Amino acid sequence: MEKKHYERPHIIKLETGMPGKFGMRNDSPPTTHIDGVAVKELVAGYGSPLFVISESTTRSVYRKAYKAFSTRYPKVQFAWSYKTNYLSAVCNIFHQEGSWAEVVSGFEYDKAVANGVDPAKIIFNGPGKSTEDLRKAAENGSLIHIDHLDELYTLTDLTGELTRKPLVAIRVNMDTGIYPMWDRFGFNYENGQAWDAINKIMMSGKLELVGLHTHIGTFIMSAGAYGIAASKLADLALGIKQKFNHDIRYIDMGGGFTSKNTLKGSYLPGSDTNPSFDDYAEAITSALVNSGFKPDNLPLLILETGRALIDEAGYIITTVIANKRLSTGRRATIIDAGVNLLFTSFWYQHPVTPAQGFSQYREENALYGPLCMNIDCVRDSITLPLLNKGEQLVIHYTGAYNLTQWMQFITLRPKVVLIDQDSKTHIIRESESVTSVSGFEKTPDYLNIIK
Amino acid sequence: MKINENLAISESGFLFNPTTGESFTVNPIGAEIIELLKEGKTDGQITEMLLKTYQIDSQTLQKDLHDFNDILKQHQLLEPNE
Ligand SMILES: Cc1ncc(COP(=O)(O)O)c(C=O)c1O
Repeated sequence: MEKKHYERPHIIKLETGMPGKFGMRNDSPPTTHIDGVAVKELVAGYGSPLFVISESTTRSVYRKAYKAFSTRYPKVQFAWSYKTNYLSAVCNIFHQEGSWAEVVSGFEYDKAVANGVDPAKIIFNGPGKSTEDLRKAAENGSLIHIDHLDELYTLTDLTGELTRKPLVAIRVNMDTGIYPMWDRFGFNYENGQAWDAINKIMMSGKLELVGLHTHIGTFIMSAGAYGIAASKLADLALGIKQKFNHDIRYIDMGGGFTSKNTLKGSYLPGSDTNPSFDDYAEAITSALVNSGFKPDNLPLLILETGRALIDEAGYIITTVIANKRLSTGRRATIIDAGVNLLFTSFWYQHPVTPAQGFSQYREENALYGPLCMNIDCVRDSITLPLLNKGEQLVIHYTGAYNLTQWMQFITLRPKVVLIDQDSKTHIIRESESVTSVSGFEKTPDYLNIIK
Repeated sequence: MKINENLAISESGFLFNPTTGESFTVNPIGAEIIELLKEGKTDGQITEMLLKTYQIDSQTLQKDLHDFNDILKQHQLLEPNE
């Protein structure tokens, strides 16, 4: 006789009429397959934990975002924000879809060039560009977004040695009614710094001012803030036209749109409450269309959307290592993926679903990673079915920032697999080994002997 | 320890304790264990019986049974022997 599937014994007291202490019930259906590939098969083939990226989701989310803007405004360009996820396979999906590249370091710049991006379609942001970075980007005709006056002067000084006039924009920070206001990057709008920088660029004649840029923050829950930001940049662009008779070619609104994730401390899931691409697009394009631009001379609208484009396409498959009870009687489940892989669990309550079917019984759990560190908590509290050791869970919305901010800490990082549009799997990053980590080390000879 | 013999368990896993008026839900294997406890089976006998019917190793089962007994005690469904 075939033995029955085991579920651990479970009993829970019914408290009628009492709202759940731990918020929403996690009754989402199990995730047995990702894009038609069985989770069990992925684990058998590539191990656990495992990062999985869905190409179909990546493309469909991008197309949804592009459509939201392009149906409302005639000239729209996305630039893939490399820091969000710079695995080349992921970047190139966005580049194939038509995205430019947005980079914030010499490393990211070189990566974009190596990926085959036309340097004229690379936006170079950030406060930390070296003189060499500036020289290379200027010579290549990339778009340099100036962050501070020191950079402006360095670049102006360099022009004597350059064979072409650098193409520049300035990054502008401003009050859009949201808190906290990011004022550490770029030049302030309200106090006149932005105009000061514009005047210096225009008067020197050594730099070609082609754009205006802002990035008002990240995970911005208010679409209205973007309307205010777009109006302020439009106002600057129109002022430049009036004062210098100079046309700004583009307005770059940066990134910052929410993904479907839920911020810690929120009661309702972000997938229900966060603004949609349409909401953001409506706010930004209305502000631009309703400003004083001539209809036949609208600037190109650039978006550097990061997390909102890739979060949904990323999954982590993880395996239960152990079940235990804490001193208070609460359940704790230990899984093989922790904050080393899921940096964003510091901010988000990532949805977690079982990878196999379960009975209707659920229990409240703390979900801990495998690291021997108190910080290694994936979810403080989550209601899950009664999992056995060795069973799998799928962590959702993990595509943004984790594959760049993950840590080689305590343990090695696993493989990353892409599922293509035909449900074929491809390793897009190998798992690390002891030698891939210690290969960078140099031990003086006398320390190679420990006896 | 002895299970409260007056416990009523329905087929759907609804458990009522007439002594306290409290109700619970229990999953099928939990209900099976409570029934075995009511029949007076020892932990050793219960383990043996469940190992025959379920796909589970004895270590995990014993660990889970131990934990289940603790919860039954917490809910005062298991009573100390007189
Ligand atoms: C200049 C710039 N653009 C775009 C982004 C992408 O932001 P997000 O992932 O919030 O869309 C960032 C991220 O911090 C950024 O600094």
